[in-house]
Amino acid sequence: MSIFEYNGSALVAMVGKNCFAIASDRRLGVQLQTVATDFQRVFKIHDRLYIGLSGLATDAQTMYQKLVFRHKLYQLREERDMKPQTFASLVSALLYEKRFGPFFCQPVIAGLGDNDEPFICTMDCLGAKELAKDFVVSGTASESLYGACESMYKPDMEPEELFETISQALLSSVDRDCLSGWGGYVLLVTPTEVQEKILKGRMD
Amino acid sequence: MECVFGLVGKGFAIVAADTSAVNSILVHKSNEDKVMVLDSHKLLGASGEPGDRVQFTEYIQKNVHLYQFRNGIPLTTAATANFTRGELATALRKNPYSVNILLAGYDKGVGPSMYYIDYIATMHKIEKGAFGYGSYFCLSMMDRLYHPDMSIEEAIELIDKCIIEIRTRLVVAPPNFVIKIVDQDGAREYAWRESIKSPDVSMA
Repeated sequence: MSIFEYNGSALVAMVGKNCFAIASDRRLGVQLQTVATDFQRVFKIHDRLYIGLSGLATDAQTMYQKLVFRHKLYQLREERDMKPQTFASLVSALLYEKRFGPFFCQPVIAGLGDNDEPFICTMDCLGAKELAKDFVVSGTASESLYGACESMYKPDMEPEELFETISQALLSSVDRDCLSGWGGYVLLVTPTEVQEKILKGRMD
Repeated sequence: MECVFGLVGKGFAIVAADTSAVNSILVHKSNEDKVMVLDSHKLLGASGEPGDRVQFTEYIQKNVHLYQFRNGIPLTTAATANFTRGELATALRKNPYSVNILLAGYDKGVGPSMYYIDYIATMHKIEKGAFGYGSYFCLSMMDRLYHPDMSIEEAIELIDKCIIEIRTRLVVAPPNFVIKIVDQDGAREYAWRESIKSPDVSMA
């Protein structure tokens, strides 16, 4: 089994009309054994920037701690929050620093930039950025997620419709992957509010 | 063959572990205490490589005591768990420890809590957890019979059922177990469950 499949994960982020949604599954496993069904993979960096980390859970936790540290330092120096594009470059740089002994995690970054323009990107474990205008996926269920998102996605969706779409895409994809699932967690961010929702899915 | 498991009840947390010290086919002793009392209100149940287990848990215990000496107040369970994870994570890519840990503690105001920290430093707060081959039996028993806010009697009954299941179904089942409890009155040994008494060494 690959090191990326040790814990199991599924992450997806989608862009809507002046909003974005980022969703993850909730399973923490150790290969075939499920340890917890309330594991958090999506973390807040600041009010308008979130990062999801799939792959090896220990590296996701370590990466998150390093990123919060770097962002807090940035806030102290610059007296403002980081832009999503800048943050993505920071994550990429941190990952590439470990080029020959990498962190085994694949981040999904989603944020609202200037003029409430939604920004999403993903990268591999070495920091190769992939910017997208519609959706980005990551984790053990990524192949299913690509298919589900490609067929369900429409540009310029309103927040309610975006929430429905991302939820359906996530749940149907993790049902085809034994290492991820056990519920879902969706975060919907608009310029004025943030909604967190737990999805009830197949618990198996 | 090593089993450590535990659960959180109403105002207390229990950690149980087997007590056999084994080297290949030889059982050195059957009364090895693998649940360390970290401080007045914390328990650290550990399983894994024997040398690493003793070394690492003693290191954590001494650092927890040092914090209390320096600062006059004890560390919270969450802080201890994060410290332990940090030490495991730092050592992971240099000189990894092969120790799986269940950390349970009682904090005033927060109540009882338990943290699952595996040998690659994946940390998660849980209500019930188990490590080792015994986990295949214990986790299923606890999934079926555990409910939040169990009383001490109910919890001990569940722990005993888990021990019986391990003894019945695991091929090289450890004969003896130790059960320790932590609640507002502190961390202490609750009981031993022995099916083989260690022979007394009598002087000739």
